[in-house]
Amino acid sequence: MDAKEIIARRVAQELRDHTLVNLGIGLPTLVARYVPAGLTVAFQSENGIIGFGAPPPEGMEDPNLTDAGGAFISAAPGAASFDSAFSFALIRGGHLDMTVLGGLQVDALGRLANWMVPGRLVPGMGGAMDLVAGAQRVIVAMQHAARGESKIVPELTLPPTASRRVTLVVTDLAVLEPTAEGLVLRERAPGVATETVLAATAARLIVPGEVPEMALLA
Amino acid sequence: MKRRAITAAEAAAKVPDGASVLFGGFMAVGSPERIIDALVARGARGLTIIGNDTARPGIGVGKLIDAGCVAKAVVSHIGTNPVTQKKMIAGEIAVELVPQGTLVERIRAGGAGLGGVLTPTGLGTVVQVGKRVIEVQGRDFLLEEPITADVAIIHAHEADYSGNLTYRLTAMNFNPVIALAARCVIVEANEIVPVGVIPPDHVRTPGILVHHLVERPR
Repeated sequence: MDAKEIIARRVAQELRDHTLVNLGIGLPTLVARYVPAGLTVAFQSENGIIGFGAPPPEGMEDPNLTDAGGAFISAAPGAASFDSAFSFALIRGGHLDMTVLGGLQVDALGRLANWMVPGRLVPGMGGAMDLVAGAQRVIVAMQHAARGESKIVPELTLPPTASRRVTLVVTDLAVLEPTAEGLVLRERAPGVATETVLAATAARLIVPGEVPEMALLA
Repeated sequence: MKRRAITAAEAAAKVPDGASVLFGGFMAVGSPERIIDALVARGARGLTIIGNDTARPGIGVGKLIDAGCVAKAVVSHIGTNPVTQKKMIAGEIAVELVPQGTLVERIRAGGAGLGGVLTPTGLGTVVQVGKRVIEVQGRDFLLEEPITADVAIIHAHEADYSGNLTYRLTAMNFNPVIALAARCVIVEANEIVPVGVIPPDHVRTPGILVHHLVERPR
């Protein structure tokens, strides 16, 4: 199981039955592959659809049906389409149970930075600021480190996406829960020791008495 | 209220240099490509374009960026268009980044006669800089001002000769919202059908809002 699969499988355990979920572009989209059996989850794409399905066979694409990354998708039975104002009313209005987003940094306050690196990368926030401000639960799915640097930092050095404390951070090494007291180490990835997580993390972590391993194949 | 359709070149002539232009489209899905081509062909200059994103080079409003038609872009995302980024860094175009849900709601407010929008999106981020924070029912919100423009260029699925419009799947996005927010509304549709063919319940944009309809492709 590679790092991305570990993250996607663990995030999928956060899905709840009969809820609306928005998956960000990139790693978060993998979560859709691991929806636990028996759960019915409606996926939203912020460009205006609930209930999209896998990419259609080549030659059967509809130019009017894509995901937020511009890739062709299909509509699942029961799908609904709508305009962008309605789409973001769903997001901000408390109708979205969960969003899964990639991250550049998360800090000890549980704040997320994921939309720009000043002077180097200015893609724009797209829908990320609305998603973080509006979703009931915000799950950050990202690698624990990038280029050898911890992405879990004492204080953001990149511009925040929102002031809001995210719900959970799932990395290839650990599950962290931001709380008012700080980041709590909830779970370790399979075969990863608590000391390894602590050594790979720039921010201070609160370590409860017991830190179980992620139960990924349950 | 029936009207004759005009050519794409005639439509482009109704968009003066220096105009502010609301455009439909999400990664160019649902963008009026024939009107955009005609704007490039007539050598439009100094436009302020307002919409979701600048797509990619060679598609949607990316063509306006390539051809030097744009002085300013008010969008939520430029990450998929390296030409926008290059021209922004070179100082050839100005880019104002607005969170996607805030952008569409500001346009909706402009078209709906509202004095702005109170949104939690952007609190505690660079988006907040220079804006008023207003407390309502114990929660903080940012005051975001309404947006209107000189022209809206719309892509619809069906139009009839009274200007009634339908949209398709994720090609809807900003299109029905911008139809209310411009002093001149120009529409390009996949199909033009006789008046009476579109059931009233299916009309998403009433024809009274549409000033010009571009003739069907030959």
